Amino acid sequence: MELLYAACVGLLVFCGVFLILRSRTFPVVLGLTMLSYAVNLFLFASGRLSLNSAVILGESTKYADPLPQAFVLTAIVIGFAMTAFVVILSIRGRADLGNDHVNGHVPENIKKGRV
Amino acid sequence: MTLLWIPLLSLLGSIISSMTGKLSRNQSTTLSLIMPIIALFMCVNMAPAVFAGEEIRETISWLPLLGINIAFRLDGLALLFVFMILAIGILVIFYARYYLSKNDSMPKLYSYLMLFMTAMLGIVMSNNVIQLWFFWELTSISSFLLISYWWYKSEARKGALMALTITGGGGLALLAGLLILGNIVGSYNLDIILASKEVIQASQWYEVSLILILLGAFTKSAQFPFHFWLPHAMAAPTPVSAYLHSATMVKAGIFLLARFYPVLAGTDLWFFIVSITGLTTLLFGAYVALFKHDLKGLLAYSTISHLGLITLLFGLNTDLATVAAIFHIINHATFKASLFMATGIIDHETGTRDMRKINGMWKFMPYTATLAMVAAASMAGVPLLNGFLSKEMFFAETLHQQLLGSLSWVIPVLATVAAAFSVAYSARFIHDVFFNGDPIDLPKQPHEPPRYMRVPIEILVALCLIVGIFPNFVVDDILVSASHAVLGGYVPEFKVALWHGFNLPLLMSAFAVMGGILIYTQRRYLFLFQASLPTVNAKKSFDNAIYVLIKWSQQKINAIENGSLQRYLMLMFLVVLLAAGWPLFEMNKLVGAKELTPIGLHNALGAALLMIGAISTVIWYRTRMVSLLMISVVGLMVSVAFTRFSAPDLALTQLTVEVVTIVLLMLALFFLPQHSPRESSSMRILRDLGISSALGIVIGSICYAIITRPFESISDFFVANSKTGGGGTNVVNVILVDFRGFDTLGEICVLGIAALGIYKLLGNLPLFMPGSDSEGRPWAKERYPVLLASISQSLLPLALLVSFYIFLRGHNLPGGGFIAGLITAIAFILQYIAHGSNWIAVRLTINYRKIIGSGLAIALFTGIGSWFFDKPFMTTWFDYFDIPFIGEIELASALLFDLGVYITVVGATLMILASLGELTANTPKEEVNI
Repeated sequence: MELLYAACVGLLVFCGVFLILRSRTFPVVLGLTMLSYAVNLFLFASGRLSLNSAVILGESTKYADPLPQAFVLTAIVIGFAMTAFVVILSIRGRADLGNDHVNGHVPENIKKGRV
Repeated sequence: MTLLWIPLLSLLGSIISSMTGKLSRNQSTTLSLIMPIIALFMCVNMAPAVFAGEEIRETISWLPLLGINIAFRLDGLALLFVFMILAIGILVIFYARYYLSKNDSMPKLYSYLMLFMTAMLGIVMSNNVIQLWFFWELTSISSFLLISYWWYKSEARKGALMALTITGGGGLALLAGLLILGNIVGSYNLDIILASKEVIQASQWYEVSLILILLGAFTKSAQFPFHFWLPHAMAAPTPVSAYLHSATMVKAGIFLLARFYPVLAGTDLWFFIVSITGLTTLLFGAYVALFKHDLKGLLAYSTISHLGLITLLFGLNTDLATVAAIFHIINHATFKASLFMATGIIDHETGTRDMRKINGMWKFMPYTATLAMVAAASMAGVPLLNGFLSKEMFFAETLHQQLLGSLSWVIPVLATVAAAFSVAYSARFIHDVFFNGDPIDLPKQPHEPPRYMRVPIEILVALCLIVGIFPNFVVDDILVSASHAVLGGYVPEFKVALWHGFNLPLLMSAFAVMGGILIYTQRRYLFLFQASLPTVNAKKSFDNAIYVLIKWSQQKINAIENGSLQRYLMLMFLVVLLAAGWPLFEMNKLVGAKELTPIGLHNALGAALLMIGAISTVIWYRTRMVSLLMISVVGLMVSVAFTRFSAPDLALTQLTVEVVTIVLLMLALFFLPQHSPRESSSMRILRDLGISSALGIVIGSICYAIITRPFESISDFFVANSKTGGGGTNVVNVILVDFRGFDTLGEICVLGIAALGIYKLLGNLPLFMPGSDSEGRPWAKERYPVLLASISQSLLPLALLVSFYIFLRGHNLPGGGFIAGLITAIAFILQYIAHGSNWIAVRLTINYRKIIGSGLAIALFTGIGSWFFDKPFMTTWFDYFDIPFIGEIELASALLFDLGVYITVVGATLMILASLGELTANTPKEEVNI
């Protein structure tokens, strides 16, 4: 199970980084979202994986590590705020610059239709 | 506390005088003079103690862990400088009253002057080297402001910039040197540093630190080859030149030499650098001064030369030379400040400073002329004046050194040559200005200045005479105590006297005077020779050097920073890859010792879904709607994973955030193109695949290595104390609102700031609104589906009830402010989706900014509340109450804090989505193309 979990984290990092390296804003935003999933899962896993042991006192005999959970909880919310900010920034960028290229302008060879 | 008050009073004076703009000139001057005069009196009061050998100290703890304290000390050397800074400062302020014209802002000059005074006082009284450096930079800044006082003149701006660049650059070197020094000793306290001579000189870093500190001193004191800023700083008003560029600021470098003399001097390196630099500057300055037609230019180069003389004395390796250096500091300050003031009068009364035009002033202003001639004679080293005494001591000490081995006799010879030039330019100053025929083309008819404008000069010239004739009565005490401080407790036997009998120094003086007069009378040949030399324009070379430097750095910046975000990100990921991947190569075994758990069907299924979602997002990333749907699968599976691995709070949060995020992204997609064009080349795709898969492998491996290793956690503390200390059984929530509540406060602040940022970003948005979808189909006519509208309306109270329940139980069961806030926000967002923001606006007028503000305020004041019970910030309180009909309930202050979190989350989330959604509501649909 640990291997599978780590593989999922690795895959999410792969997908996130690949999308972040794209040239238009929307895929970059998706990539950031994906990367923040990966980061949250990674941080969460630093408390190790445990089944049926939610940290509600009196509900079970062993408890998972609550500290990474608390950190990841706020990380999720802040991650949302950051995603929202980047999304709005990309809308603003498109409105001000007339295109949604991350560099602010579409390269010449692409404008001419050559790839 | 008295010591601290000296710089404080001067700072206060700076503030007071900056506010005297509405008052008359006399009132402004009087008010400005009060503070420095009080400070001077305090100083005089403390003087007897210092003369008796006491060192007064005051320390206020500031950052004790970093060794940075506000520390002042007053020993003999500091006292001498404090006297000079305050006394000459007072005279300069008084003088400036008559110097400035009606159009010049008097408060501006006074407040800058006193800011500078504060900085100088800070330098000489600091007992902490970091603090000393701080004041050192403050003198550079205030000198910049003072030189550029007539900001509309190009030469003033350029001169100011040049001075700032050179002295500021030297200041950086000084900082580096002082940091090294502090590192060697292990303390930034000056007392400790001054007591650690052996440690410092034994250190391998001694040379580096010495050279850096000397760089700071030499740039400030205009030593060759850094001298060129000083003549250009003469663009400042003359009172400023008199104060900064003769008496005080340029002496700061000399002060530094004196201050660190006990620990840095004594080695060959010190004597070699200091004496050679001093000698070169002495000769160079004296020679160039003769050829300057500008009165202030002559004085500037003469100042450079005299600063070189003092530096040379510090490099002569004898104790008596150090005493002579200190004596000359006093003497130079008195005669040079008075000469500058006299020059100011001449400039003021004739309208020019060109010595080729100003002639025969004796007829017009005999009184001023007498004063200036006495001061100039002192500069030349004529007997009965103070300049003579220290020059004699200087000559005597040049004879006693052995610096250059068998060539040591060169130094006294060169010193005599420099003194001859000094006599020559002094003679030129006297003869050209006050005699030498009649004035030529003066802009004004010259006459004596206002009576009181001469008073400061009279005082200074009187000092020159008194010190010159009765040296022992006036300066013995301060000279002994200052030397005591510089030489580290030992003062050699010395006697300052007018007459030492016929000896070699007297002969050297006589040679110098005769040689100087000879040079002056034969100056025509020298001038012709000088004119035939290639001219060096310091300003131009400086500008060129700066230009080349800026161009070079611009090129380097452009090479790295080409404006491509993709490139920056790629480089950043490569750095991460290296930093994170490297340790893996050094690890022997990836898998740890922890017992592994079997995979199981559910886990495998969930992982498969997550992987499919993630890969599909990448595959269809150009079709944006599809990739958005795919990524939402990933988000859902992440929240399922949280549920699976015993984190119900996280699962709830992830689920609700997921909803909000997807709604937001769909809304964003309305304003963005629906498709990404195919524009990456195959090579680029290959490269990106390489980087991202490498990163994926590295991060995945690290994750695997972590989770397969057993660990010790500090979390047992939280589990054990959650109920007893925080009053809740949901440990995650208790950590959030209690144990680490301060973190949470910071985090909701970030949330609020992000929301406000978004609000500003959306203001005045030149909106791009597509009239149809990407395939050219028009939007549906029915904007708000009836079914959704009616269901959502009935869902709202239910959703609010659920969120209330989730909020309340949060302390004991999964839930809490974050999750409840998100649920409430989603319930409202559903209304926006179903009805549009116009419909909402009629029924509900909410200012989301105020909501965010009040949420933060509640959280903050809950934290502050604990102060009223004499507890540290954010201490929580809880108790159990028995309420009829309801039973026992628990009330905790943490619940109030959680309410703040709840309100902030609701406000921020709604503000983000509603402000974006509003844009779609009112704008008429128009066909606009990219």
